[in-house]
Amino acid sequence: MQATEAAPAPARAPNGVLPVTRQLSGRRVGGAAWRYVVLAVVSALYLFPFVVVLTTSFKPADEIFKLPPSLGSDRWTLDNYRAALDAMPFGRYLFNTALISSITVVGQLLSSSIVAYSLAKIRWRGRDALLLLIVATMMLPPQVTMIPVYIAWSKLGLTGTYLPLLIPQFFGLPFFIFMLRQFFRGIPEELIDAARVEGASDFRIYRSVVLPLSRPALVALSIFAFMWAWTDFLLPLIYINDPEQYTLSIGLYSFFSEHGVEWGALMAAATLMSLPLVLLFLVGQRQFVRGIALTGIK
Amino acid sequence: MHRSVLRGLLFASPWIVGFVIFQLVPIAASAYFSLTNFNLFQDPQFVGLRNYQRLASDALFWKSLLNTLYLTVIGVPVSLTAALAAALALNMRVRGQSLFRLFVFLPTVVPVVAATYIWRWLLNAQYGYVNGALGAVGLGQPLWLDDPFWTKPALILMSLWVTGSAMVVFLAALQDVPETYYEAAVIDGAGPWAKFRHVTLPLISPVILFETIIAGIFTLQYFTQAFLLGQTRLNAASGGPENSLLVYGLYLFQQAFVNLNMGYASAMAWVLLFVALAGTWLLLRVSRDRVFYAGD
Repeated sequence: MQATEAAPAPARAPNGVLPVTRQLSGRRVGGAAWRYVVLAVVSALYLFPFVVVLTTSFKPADEIFKLPPSLGSDRWTLDNYRAALDAMPFGRYLFNTALISSITVVGQLLSSSIVAYSLAKIRWRGRDALLLLIVATMMLPPQVTMIPVYIAWSKLGLTGTYLPLLIPQFFGLPFFIFMLRQFFRGIPEELIDAARVEGASDFRIYRSVVLPLSRPALVALSIFAFMWAWTDFLLPLIYINDPEQYTLSIGLYSFFSEHGVEWGALMAAATLMSLPLVLLFLVGQRQFVRGIALTGIK
Repeated sequence: MHRSVLRGLLFASPWIVGFVIFQLVPIAASAYFSLTNFNLFQDPQFVGLRNYQRLASDALFWKSLLNTLYLTVIGVPVSLTAALAAALALNMRVRGQSLFRLFVFLPTVVPVVAATYIWRWLLNAQYGYVNGALGAVGLGQPLWLDDPFWTKPALILMSLWVTGSAMVVFLAALQDVPETYYEAAVIDGAGPWAKFRHVTLPLISPVILFETIIAGIFTLQYFTQAFLLGQTRLNAASGGPENSLLVYGLYLFQQAFVNLNMGYASAMAWVLLFVALAGTWLLLRVSRDRVFYAGD
């Protein structure tokens, strides 16, 4: 298929396309321009809110409340960022959130991968039934279990700590288990059998054969787990009371409660909170998108 | 028991143990609590089906259920249509395709708290850019966050910005449609619409059904965006103007964690479960003749 590269096709044909298509798309040369127009309009709609947030966050207060709203300014300023950082212990929230997110990643990497190994690489009766059960639990509204679980944590005296957020992460999550299982299934059985013949135990095969070959999927899991923990709102809202322990989500929420109309500072805080995730996504976007496509679920 | 079964169960045990502790036992407990009066501090008092009877005559319960059904029945099709349209656009072969995909996906990684406040600013009736743009082209400028009629459309508008996950799934499905089918359609004289209607749509219909179920279940649990959009500076758990933002998850949260009516809230959770099951069943039934499964 290297010929595709050399062919002077106006719209670049991807690999595996028959020559007849190339001719057809060649006939539609004029089509290329409107495609760019469509894509530019779509992109602009999705990007516009980012432009608004960023410009608002760098504007002095009196310019933010100017009519009609405009994106420009004569006096760009960092005042909003200073105000946001003064009003809340941003570093503290950042540390708390990063801590919770990192432990979540570790817990899910360990637990989801070993369960997925059982579902993908050990042949046992009942395996398909278990997979069905795991997938079925994704349909259960969390509200059903939320209240008894809260009551249990509260009886144990552990509300107000991070444990109710962290401990469940060490028991696997159906989404991750399913994603890794899909990936593990793609690892050739011959490799597993060869290791078995050499007398390797299942745990050994899991650790030394399957995990090293699954880096892309494990990276995808890490990004997802990190992002979800970073953004989570409901559970920290329920379990965390002490401002010292706030995550960024709860911190921003309480900042809004007190400074709701200071839009400049609020947009600056929103920018600061989103920036790490946007950067993480830009670095890992290929694995991220692949992970979604692997499961077909959000 | 066969040895392989033991090994399989051993490796799967983290999930099985977690399932028992965090789901199975809580489900049973929740079913019991739903039949009690329980405020967390005193022992649960058995009251039979009284919580369910009270729900039937609770105006706010019905209001919250209708609010959530509004978002599910109108919001899900709207946002999935937008995701599919975006996927179709992003599937066009152009230079810089991956960059355009990145632009459309980027909002999806913005934390939901930040995203909701961003939209509160964009939808600000007076200084917001959405009304600024509507005014510039001579359209009406709704009071998005203050007019009970417009608060839910505001939520749906917000959800359009973060359709990235569904978009990626649709994109993957579109790429799985064999090129030869389109070629055959073109030879038969099909235009772009006919190709979409008779080739693309049937072939990706299982994915559409799947995404609809997932998005539907997700929307029934909707909480954070409504909670934050209705948030006023003094009263944290507000339902917005005339309770137009009091979605089911929000009312349940208020009952459970603000009023500490744990029994009543548990009954609400069970009603939600049945609504979700009934909705999924209905969807599967209605779609039975409309979804096309290619044998593979």
